[in-house]
Amino acid sequence: MGQTDFTAALLDPEKPVPEGLVDPQGRPAGKRFDVYRNNVTSSLIAALETGFPVLQKLLGESSFKTLATLFLRAHPPTSGALQRYGDAMPGFLAGFKPLASLPYLADIARLELAIRTSYHAADHHPLDPAGLDPEAMMALTPRLAPATHILTSPYPIYSIWRMNMVAGAPKPAPVSEDVLITRVNFDPTPHLLPPGGRQFAEALDGCTPIAAAIEAAMIAAPRADIAGLLTLFLSSQALTLPTEKVQ
Amino acid sequence: MYDFSSSSRLPKTAGIGYKPQHFTELRAEPGPVTWLEIHAENYMGDGGRPLAQLRALAETFPISVHGVGLSIGGEGPLDKDHIARLKHLCDWLNPASFSEHLAWSTHEAHFLNDLLPLPYSPETLTRVADHIDEVQEAVGRPMLLENPSTYLAFEDSTMDEITFLTEIAKRTGCGLLLDVNNVFVSCTNQIWDPIEYIEKFPHRLVGEIHLGGHDEDEDEHGAPLLIDSHGREVVDPVWALYDHTIKVGGTKPTLIEWDNDVPEFPILREEAARADAILAPVQAE
Ligand SMILES: [Fe+2]
Repeated sequence: MGQTDFTAALLDPEKPVPEGLVDPQGRPAGKRFDVYRNNVTSSLIAALETGFPVLQKLLGESSFKTLATLFLRAHPPTSGALQRYGDAMPGFLAGFKPLASLPYLADIARLELAIRTSYHAADHHPLDPAGLDPEAMMALTPRLAPATHILTSPYPIYSIWRMNMVAGAPKPAPVSEDVLITRVNFDPTPHLLPPGGRQFAEALDGCTPIAAAIEAAMIAAPRADIAGLLTLFLSSQALTLPTEKVQ
Repeated sequence: MYDFSSSSRLPKTAGIGYKPQHFTELRAEPGPVTWLEIHAENYMGDGGRPLAQLRALAETFPISVHGVGLSIGGEGPLDKDHIARLKHLCDWLNPASFSEHLAWSTHEAHFLNDLLPLPYSPETLTRVADHIDEVQEAVGRPMLLENPSTYLAFEDSTMDEITFLTEIAKRTGCGLLLDVNNVFVSCTNQIWDPIEYIEKFPHRLVGEIHLGGHDEDEDEHGAPLLIDSHGREVVDPVWALYDHTIKVGGTKPTLIEWDNDVPEFPILREEAARADAILAPVQAE
């Protein structure tokens, strides 16, 4: 009996308990092996519940548990650090026939993964335009902070997220939504990206001036609210200057 | 052999397993809590709240880094990336202690998130010792190896747990972490005598003690089956066994482990005070 058999039996309750595992009297270990089975399954389900609270709300506790159980058998974690566990969930959901009628779930999973990644991302000095005249500000070449993420979806993923996490939030309308995730201090926050916002963010690569990023936004969305866009990116601390590193 | 009982940089008083929700209260009123243990795997991100809290705590408390994901008992090679993450954390934090488990949790790149058992044989002994050599070499500090809670036995085992642990320490120079609740759980499940286990244990190698809660169940034959849940108070028989351990082996840094259904901080403080009450009179002798 090696760890290959042990592992296979842990992940598949249909498999018999591997031979050579016994109780103190030398009888085959039935329920005693199940303790390990339960530990593996329930601890990984708990990790997925913590990581995907909105998916869990959308599906309900028991359906989420079923999904999580199938997922963990197909995709056990690949690292001893569980911060990233579940990064295969969007792909798993996209190919998961029983939930094909809820096609936005994969993008909600992407959003929740991005929030978690943002939580553990490196700290940054936010771009602070205080004291700069507008011209100097337009010449700055910031980049997205390590905790900043941009997501695009054909579904209203921001509104779906918000309806499940913020009491009294309105019902989503059937529109596509782009999301900006930023972190002020320690708690990641999703924001709805206004028109031109995604193109603005994608242009900021650390060597492109803000003026050029604004141009990219206006080409994509001629009526973009540039002042509003700048306020969103600055107040949410989405940007940092390329030279600044935090220890 | 190195004497870990006198060399530990952890104080020989009570510590607790750190939980982020206790950050403010712990710093305001630690009571008898004099040191903290963290699970290394929770601090392997690049920044954010976990590392900021840890940085602040390390200014006040000696920290013990306790790994739960290295899979030292694994058949395959150790995960080099994981060792590198451990080294990175230890280099940054310079912890007072570094420990791992006599168990495996990864097989062929699949991490199973549980402390799985292994047979005690010359073959597994060599493998575990090689893995510990590799970790101590890479991380650059000695390790404490913890005795496991086990629920079943292996027909392939040819030596007892204490012989196995002692031999590993002898070969690798590592120390041992004696989890008294694990002793109680394993002794009940395997029908070993816990007093005899404690009296035979090589206390000179012990750099730290763990105390935690377990759940009670039965196997399909009606035999008691204790499960190491870390989800409740330490039970009275385990306190009694701990008291005996301190009398036999001397005072040790003692950790209260509570990882599931984590209570309010004052409850942990009470558990720590209870350990302190057992340590203090022996310390004073
Ligand atoms: Fe322990």
